[in-house]
Amino acid sequence: MNDSIKTTCPYCGVGCGIEATPDRLQHHVLIRGDQTHPANFGRLCSKGLALGETVELKGRLLQPKLFGQPTSWTDALDTVADRFRQIIDQHGPDAVAIYGSGQLLTEDYYVANKLMKGFIGSANIDTNSRLCMSSSVAGHKRAFGSDTVPGCYQDLEMADMIVLIGSNAAWCHPVSFQRIRAAKISNPGLKIVVIDPRKTPSCDIADLHLPLASGSDAWLFNGLLHFLHQQHLLDDDYIQNHTEGFAAALYSAGNANLQNVAQHCQLQPADLRLFYDWFGSHNKVMSLYSQGINQSSSGTDKVNSIINCHLATGRIGKPGMGPFSLTGQPNAMGGREVGGLAHQLAAHMDFSNPADIERVARFWNTSNIASRSGLPAVELFDAIDAGQVKAVWIMGTNPVVSLPNADKVKQALGKCSFVVVSDCMEYTDTTAFAHVLLPALGWSEKDGTVTNSERRISRQRALFAASGDAKPDWWIVSQVAQRLGFAEAFAYQSPVDIFREHAALSGFENDTEHGLRDFDISAYQNITAKEYQNLQPTQWPVNTQYPQGRIRLFEDGQYFTPSAKAQLIAITPRLPFNKPDDNYPFILNTGRLRDQWHTMTRTALAAKLNQHKPEAYVDIHPQDAARYGLAAKTLALLESRWGKMLARVQLNDEVQPGNLFVPMHWTAQFASLGRMGALVNPVLDPISRQPESKHTPVSIKPYPASWYGFALSRRELAFKDLDYWLVSKGDRYYRYELASEALPVNLQDWLQAKLADQEQPADWLEYQDTAVGSYRAACIVDSCLDSVIFIANSPTLPDRHWLASLFDKGELDTQTRKALLTGRAPQGKADVGNIVCACFNVGEKTIRAEILKQNLKTVKEVGDCLKAGTNCGSCLAEIKGFFS
Amino acid sequence: MKQRLVVIGNGMAGMRTVEELLLSAPDHYEITVFGAEPYGNYNRIMLSAVLCGEKAIEDIVINDRQWYQDRNITLHAGADKAVCRIERGLRKVIAKDGTVADYDRLLIATGSQPVVADLPGKDLAGVIGFRDIMDVNTMLNYSHSHQHAVVLGGGLLGLEAANGLLQRGMNVTVIHNNPVLLNRQMDKQAGQMLQAELERRGLKFKMAAQTKALLGDKNGHIQTVRFEDGSELACDLLVMAIGVRPNITLAKQAGLYCERGIVVNDTLQSYDPCVYAVGECIQHRGATFGLVAPIFEQAKVCANHLSAHGVAEYVTLPTATKLKVTGIQLFSVGDFLGDTQSSEIRFIDAVQGVYKKLVIKNNTICGAVLYGDTGDGVWYQQLMEQAKNIADIRESLIFGQQFAITSAQTT
Repeated sequence: MNDSIKTTCPYCGVGCGIEATPDRLQHHVLIRGDQTHPANFGRLCSKGLALGETVELKGRLLQPKLFGQPTSWTDALDTVADRFRQIIDQHGPDAVAIYGSGQLLTEDYYVANKLMKGFIGSANIDTNSRLCMSSSVAGHKRAFGSDTVPGCYQDLEMADMIVLIGSNAAWCHPVSFQRIRAAKISNPGLKIVVIDPRKTPSCDIADLHLPLASGSDAWLFNGLLHFLHQQHLLDDDYIQNHTEGFAAALYSAGNANLQNVAQHCQLQPADLRLFYDWFGSHNKVMSLYSQGINQSSSGTDKVNSIINCHLATGRIGKPGMGPFSLTGQPNAMGGREVGGLAHQLAAHMDFSNPADIERVARFWNTSNIASRSGLPAVELFDAIDAGQVKAVWIMGTNPVVSLPNADKVKQALGKCSFVVVSDCMEYTDTTAFAHVLLPALGWSEKDGTVTNSERRISRQRALFAASGDAKPDWWIVSQVAQRLGFAEAFAYQSPVDIFREHAALSGFENDTEHGLRDFDISAYQNITAKEYQNLQPTQWPVNTQYPQGRIRLFEDGQYFTPSAKAQLIAITPRLPFNKPDDNYPFILNTGRLRDQWHTMTRTALAAKLNQHKPEAYVDIHPQDAARYGLAAKTLALLESRWGKMLARVQLNDEVQPGNLFVPMHWTAQFASLGRMGALVNPVLDPISRQPESKHTPVSIKPYPASWYGFALSRRELAFKDLDYWLVSKGDRYYRYELASEALPVNLQDWLQAKLADQEQPADWLEYQDTAVGSYRAACIVDSCLDSVIFIANSPTLPDRHWLASLFDKGELDTQTRKALLTGRAPQGKADVGNIVCACFNVGEKTIRAEILKQNLKTVKEVGDCLKAGTNCGSCLAEIKGFFS
Repeated sequence: MKQRLVVIGNGMAGMRTVEELLLSAPDHYEITVFGAEPYGNYNRIMLSAVLCGEKAIEDIVINDRQWYQDRNITLHAGADKAVCRIERGLRKVIAKDGTVADYDRLLIATGSQPVVADLPGKDLAGVIGFRDIMDVNTMLNYSHSHQHAVVLGGGLLGLEAANGLLQRGMNVTVIHNNPVLLNRQMDKQAGQMLQAELERRGLKFKMAAQTKALLGDKNGHIQTVRFEDGSELACDLLVMAIGVRPNITLAKQAGLYCERGIVVNDTLQSYDPCVYAVGECIQHRGATFGLVAPIFEQAKVCANHLSAHGVAEYVTLPTATKLKVTGIQLFSVGDFLGDTQSSEIRFIDAVQGVYKKLVIKNNTICGAVLYGDTGDGVWYQQLMEQAKNIADIRESLIFGQQFAITSAQTT
């Protein structure tokens, strides 16, 4: 019997608890939701459930590499330390930088931050959380004097109204979304409003969807403040006793009357009025917001425009209400706690207060502490490009894909004199630029803590021993720190050593005398190794006053500002920085898919997660598509002033005319030209320095493919010489989508050479139609399907599902062999269609057939029959669509 | 009084016409049939089955002598009953043995003769054609006593002969002047697959070969085949199967207008209004015939006119080819090579020995070659004859009727 281990999911900020049962002999792990974890109570989404498929060692970086050659840890670490030391000595500490990740554990993050800010003496450490959360951080700081999420997930069940703003929680935070769905079912009176330019799957449970103009959110919430004031729905006592800045905020919102707002947001006044009325009449309102708010050149203002409405109605710090930032990453919060952003110092202290700097220097016992903010992400890579930063250490993130103007990041890393990358995966767009590659532990090996959106610290525990030579990030950083001469300050032996220090710092001089800070987990400063091992998920603060943690902050109306009052911020709405013009007439929006995580380094390992959306696509309104000559399933070339991308055209009236949407995940590992980051404008919020990833003017035109095709193979094939290729892993096969402007001289020979397996005798089936440029071939090995390729001069090719299903079958029977190159199941053979429910692998055709056959009437009945939608539930909207 | 119909030729074309006539106008004629072979009427196309031992001669008889008696048809069968003259002025025919028959209407169905290559040694003993029961018997005899058979001609008949002789235990080599077997019916791909399959079964091939001479032993019996390149091949029996030509000797003698064959109009009437002709001996609109399907169609039209209904017209439809070699499925119809105006749909499953090709022009099928899986041949032929627009089922067309229909239903 293998014992189960409680750990947490490494994906989104919901921070679900997992009960994992590892089989160490087979290096397999069985994944179940942790019934006792307060974030999910046993639920998991499709990504979390598929974690077992991502622990394989294929593609893992298992040995240090120096200039591409395997090397020892000693040599690798010596080289990193030597080069950093040389550059610091020659050019000063600001010539080096660390770029971290919201997926580092708190302990790893703490050590990296401490090294950079406390001992190297530069604040040039920033993180991918800059791309995700920094507007929330800045908004919180302005309003509360601290980066505090006041509420908690329980509030979802207590609310009378939930507003989702710039959040497709159904796909991005599926388990929280399921909680909201469940709350709506048990309390049908619960009003749900979705504010999003797109009609996302989250609209499935919405009573009202406001498809506002991209980036116009601050108008909407200024309008709300204005309206509530006009209707005398504000809490004057709360404003009076617990806030400042109300008059100025209201004055700024003075022009935000209903007509004006409707015009700026391009909404129907009646819809707007309905939302405002509902907000006014429901006391327990939660405003959940995410990247649609944060990733904006006015993201901080948008955050404050939302918080303003909660402060002015006193709806904060009490059950069922409050602004709530849905964090993107599993440990974005932990990163913020340690000070992982370049303008933060540590433990929710920052550079704006000299006393904080002095305090942290004392705590760390260093004389070399940085005294001012460092370079935030986009500017950090600009500085690398400009040659000001000469060495960068990237940890667990993929900026060549995820940063805006990503081709410039590529260029910058290409020029940078010293690039260190620590990662668990060997081949990423970023590791390609590394002079030194350091193998880090992956999820399932790491040991430490993470903090989720509701301030809950949970343990992430190791399920397996380290693979190969991989090491914990904290160890790697400490080793370099020791070599740089800081042995004493980095003598950590285990994560708990670091956690204790982190906890101690959070409580260090954290009192009324020195100034109170929200983040305080000093109760843990003497935690034993055993207690740490058994640490239960707990919401900070955890200190003498709140030894069991604290569910909500600000119940007492006391804030962490000098006056202890919350600040309303006067907001002058600013629309996105770059406007569409004749050359770039469309607004490009970007975002997550349901079944992929960030740059796919791990989720793409799980065949079942590649089924939902196997290919990078662009959503375009059918009217626009017609106008620009873009047919469904063809390829489109998107271009901005910064870069380009090829994507499959998907007609979708859920995006507004003039808007486009592309998923954010594809990288050069998986597609020839699928990095959306290359398109995105490097425009920053002036306060949070977060890029405006949700709004870039782009052009779109048909890609002039002379042929389209796809290949499925048990083996990895080489198509990298084609203009368009995209690979995804399936169950026992790889899927390649292909297209090109030019036809090879001899297509047949070229393709057979591509597919041929030198080691196996070829048994080929071929189909050719000269008139339509159609060529199909299948390669059979030992009577089983080995590879299949379909080419045509148009994108209308057979569905891939039936062919893909054959890789899981053994020998092909005669009927199947005959049908192979039709691409369709012979009569009587099941073709399940697009996988809708990734948890139970139920396809669209199966569901539709069952609905007809059993005369099913509801999504629940579908679940009863097929189990589809009964686990994570993130496909329920799609299933519901089958009834219309 | 009944009119008198005389039929010269007791083969498939002549007797099918008689059968059709008996159906449409049973009492119209008093019928006399002359045949040069001493049997009733038999199915010539099954001779290869007899050769390889899958059938006995009894099995391939269509109408025995009793059948003629039962229908009051006078049958003159045997070598001495071969007609040697037609007196058109007197409306009578005269057989070798002097038998005379008068006619009101004459039907010539004298069939064809194997083409004999003009090679030195073509008259040696052991050099035969493959046309009738006698030829089959000759081959069977050789197979018992001799080893090396050579078949000259890699067409349908040649391959059937070669296969038969192989079945009978001979060591058989097929000589073909083209690089592709069955090049009149098959394209290169199908021809190669067929050759590979036949080689697997033990046949030997000498392709693109130019035969120079047939050499005999001292007894005047064939012994060796010599080629232009100087190579030689041992040979005890040589079967000529390089084609047939219409047997028009009698017709010519009688002064009927002939070109390659007896020229007939769309009612199968020759230039003499009393004389009709059907089968391999005729030439209709420039074409001569070798396969059974159009000949049966001719019989139908001809009978219609002989019975004085006089409404049918003969039109030559594309005819499908099949090779009668057990276990080999092969089908070809229409213009299977195509031209610059046409496009091709091809499917090949080499290991399963399946090859299909459709030639498409203006969204209709104009030709097909099927090898290994001929199940849909008839369907393609129908689509071709009906000039059906296949645009909607084009993608699944080559996979056959089952797939094309289901795909049409689902799209």
